[in-house]
Amino acid sequence: MLTLHINGEDYDVNVPEDMPLLWVLRDVLGMTGTKFGCGIAQCGICTVHVDGQPMRSCVLPVGSVRGNKVVTIEAIGRTPIGAKVQKAWLDLEVVQCGYCQPGQIMCAAALLAATPQPDDADINAAMSSAICRCGTYVRIRAAIKQAAQPSS
Amino acid sequence: MNFERPVNEPKRDPGAVAGGSVSRRTFLKVSAVAGGGLLLSFLLPRMIGSRDIAGATTAEQFAPNAFIRMGRDGRVTLIMPYVEMGQGTYTSIPMLIAEELEVDLAQVSLEAAPPDERHYANSIFHIQATGGSTSVRASWEPLRRAGATARIMLLSAAAKTWKVDPSSCRARKGEVIHVPSGRRLAYGALVDRAAKSPMPSHVVLKDPKDFTLIGTSAKRLDSPDKVNGKAQFSIDIKIPGMKIATVAACPVFGGRLVAVDESKAKKIEGVHQVVRLDHAVAVIADHMWAAKQGLAALDIEWDEGLNATLSTSDIVQQLEAALLRPGVIARKDGDVAKVMAGAAQKVEAVYQMPFLAHATMEPVNCTVHVRKDGCDVWVGSQVLARAQAAVAEVTGLPLEKIRVHNQLLGGGFGRRLEVDFITLAAQIAKQVEGPVKVVWTREEDIQHDVYRPYYYDRMAAGLDDKGMPVAWSHRSTGSSVYARWHPPAFKDGLDPDVLEGAAKPPPPYALPHMLMEYVRQEPPGIPTGFWRGVGPTHNVFVVESFIDELATAAKKDPVEYRRALLGPSPRAKAVLDLAAEKAGWGQSLPEGHGRGVSVQFVFGSYVAQIAEVQVAKNGEVRVTRVVCAVDCGVVVNPDTVKAQMEGGIIFGLTAALFSEITFKNGRVEQSNFNDYRIMRINEAPAIEVYLVESAEAPGGIGEPGTSAVAPALTNAIFAATGKRIRKLPVTRVE
Repeated sequence: MLTLHINGEDYDVNVPEDMPLLWVLRDVLGMTGTKFGCGIAQCGICTVHVDGQPMRSCVLPVGSVRGNKVVTIEAIGRTPIGAKVQKAWLDLEVVQCGYCQPGQIMCAAALLAATPQPDDADINAAMSSAICRCGTYVRIRAAIKQAAQPSS
Repeated sequence: MNFERPVNEPKRDPGAVAGGSVSRRTFLKVSAVAGGGLLLSFLLPRMIGSRDIAGATTAEQFAPNAFIRMGRDGRVTLIMPYVEMGQGTYTSIPMLIAEELEVDLAQVSLEAAPPDERHYANSIFHIQATGGSTSVRASWEPLRRAGATARIMLLSAAAKTWKVDPSSCRARKGEVIHVPSGRRLAYGALVDRAAKSPMPSHVVLKDPKDFTLIGTSAKRLDSPDKVNGKAQFSIDIKIPGMKIATVAACPVFGGRLVAVDESKAKKIEGVHQVVRLDHAVAVIADHMWAAKQGLAALDIEWDEGLNATLSTSDIVQQLEAALLRPGVIARKDGDVAKVMAGAAQKVEAVYQMPFLAHATMEPVNCTVHVRKDGCDVWVGSQVLARAQAAVAEVTGLPLEKIRVHNQLLGGGFGRRLEVDFITLAAQIAKQVEGPVKVVWTREEDIQHDVYRPYYYDRMAAGLDDKGMPVAWSHRSTGSSVYARWHPPAFKDGLDPDVLEGAAKPPPPYALPHMLMEYVRQEPPGIPTGFWRGVGPTHNVFVVESFIDELATAAKKDPVEYRRALLGPSPRAKAVLDLAAEKAGWGQSLPEGHGRGVSVQFVFGSYVAQIAEVQVAKNGEVRVTRVVCAVDCGVVVNPDTVKAQMEGGIIFGLTAALFSEITFKNGRVEQSNFNDYRIMRINEAPAIEVYLVESAEAPGGIGEPGTSAVAPALTNAIFAATGKRIRKLPVTRVE
């Protein structure tokens, strides 16, 4: 039995320690906001925060987050930065099919937490791990810049 | 706006209880709804645009395929035949009704149409499908007409109630107002009376200059749930008792399963069952992790069949040979042979385009629950009725026992116009007790796709002494997607996809002596299908590359050269001029940089693009900027048009720069995003989109952005380096 701290709550799960966190979230706990895209940490859409750091949950053994605070897309809006990112995403109509956007938003929120005023190079470094097949990159960049405005 | 989850109740007009009057001219029917309310049933016509496949419809055959319901609470529900896959249809289609009906967009709810070919056939495709950039084009006129008809009937119901002249009443924001007295009645209070009124004989649609909603950037209605993790795609479905499965098909197309040793897999915690199919194996488990591990632990013996040694070079050789055969003539104007023989200069070129995978971000998946008396299917599909039929065929159950619950699509791009994965899921589910969600790994998704065909084209032109083209010849080879996907559309050796942008409609240029031929050559064993931009991604690349080569041969500026040929098409000329102006065409660029242009008329829309590239000394190509000018007729939602162009450009650049599916020993050599590269944010150019104001009927916007960009890119590489790219992908300029 493993106790996980996810979005401020404790969950006891009975799963193998090497099982990736992604499948624990989706198939065991039913938190399907975090998406499966590649399974090999190439597309970034499964990104969650572990103690504030963006991590690819598809290759993250669940046993390694024992005792850490996990935050997923379902709860990122409770943080001021997460809420600002979501608002910017809506203001600028970033979303198309929407499947990758949970991962994009988690990457963007982590970026802004670490670098409140990111320049283009910062955005490239933080966001190039997350693929969007609909090609919403122009708006993702603009939305991060809007969310970085002090009183937006 | 609400999204009701679509559950099919086949062959029933929603809520109709009483037959009303049918207008023979507009194919509209009005009736009352059980429990109060008004129902408009109407028909999306079958012949619009270039994909006309079916014949005419008569009033005697009237079978409505779209419905608008208005309840006593004044809410408007559109039974909507198209699916949302990111293209904004769930926002733009309701805008058409709200505009003419004079209600707020927020007053309109959507109910996705159940799978029913007879009722919901897309009027352009003539089978129930969302694709080909057709949704707004097909519904533009009939949806507005239905909205206007309802508005007139509500207005006359109010006039009758007040015993006043209808011309003294106005409809606005869901109410009828008697102008002289200021009296008001909400639509909800008028629906029952309106339902009993005769149909208006004359319906005048709004002048586009009076539009208050169409042409505004109304907020997308599906976005809020897509930024907080609540939006539910089919991969997110949770059904009580559901198992998770993942699958491996024979790595060689056409191969068969011989034997499988499941002993190691069955020992893995969470693995329940191994399902054997003719050509595939699936592991049924508690969760995807166990299913994946179980699959990896299987010892499988395949009979790889006839394609076991197939490689890309075999397929290319077959296409090369096919290119030597005369093709079926798709278009023949003037006398090409004679004029070509007398030309001052002759230019020839051969172009190749690779197989491509769709790689939707949501991997292919489908959940099926087969029972003795029926079956439920949860899927994201662009072709609901086909999904239903596919499951009926596998299960042997009658169509009406198959309930298809369509979900948001995590990308379509043509992949979800296919039902192979739905058939497979049903075959697996048939052997499983209870519901099972079949999820493909990314590797399976890339290696068992239905691929954009490989194309191989030869171009020839004769130029006069001024360097202008007097003769034009285009011979294309590749597979016909329509011949498999919708055989009636493949007629006399041709289909609409082969023709678009090359023959019907032809390139937008003045080419009095032109010949376009097609030689169908199917790759052995490789399934080919529609891919965002379909035929035009191929034809526009070939035509716009070749026009650029002709400009070079004539020693003329590529924009000036095109402009001189665009006399017959002022709208094409206008987008070219706009793009050139905004891009600063002709202004100097640093060493190693270049600009390239493309112009097209496909999907009913005019697009010009100018790409700017930087080519490094080691050959690496970086796209720095793309300027896009669009004339898609009346713009329903400008922000959606811009978003579709931006996304389409990235999609097209990804393919042109990086993407290629290749075969070796009958197997796809690529497997995941590490070797099937998708453009990332650090590689994406700045994109500017400019819209031309127009009152013409709307054109498509989902795909033109993609088809235009590859030649703009390669023409820019030529401008920067002098190297002509005739074979995609670019990967690296040698």
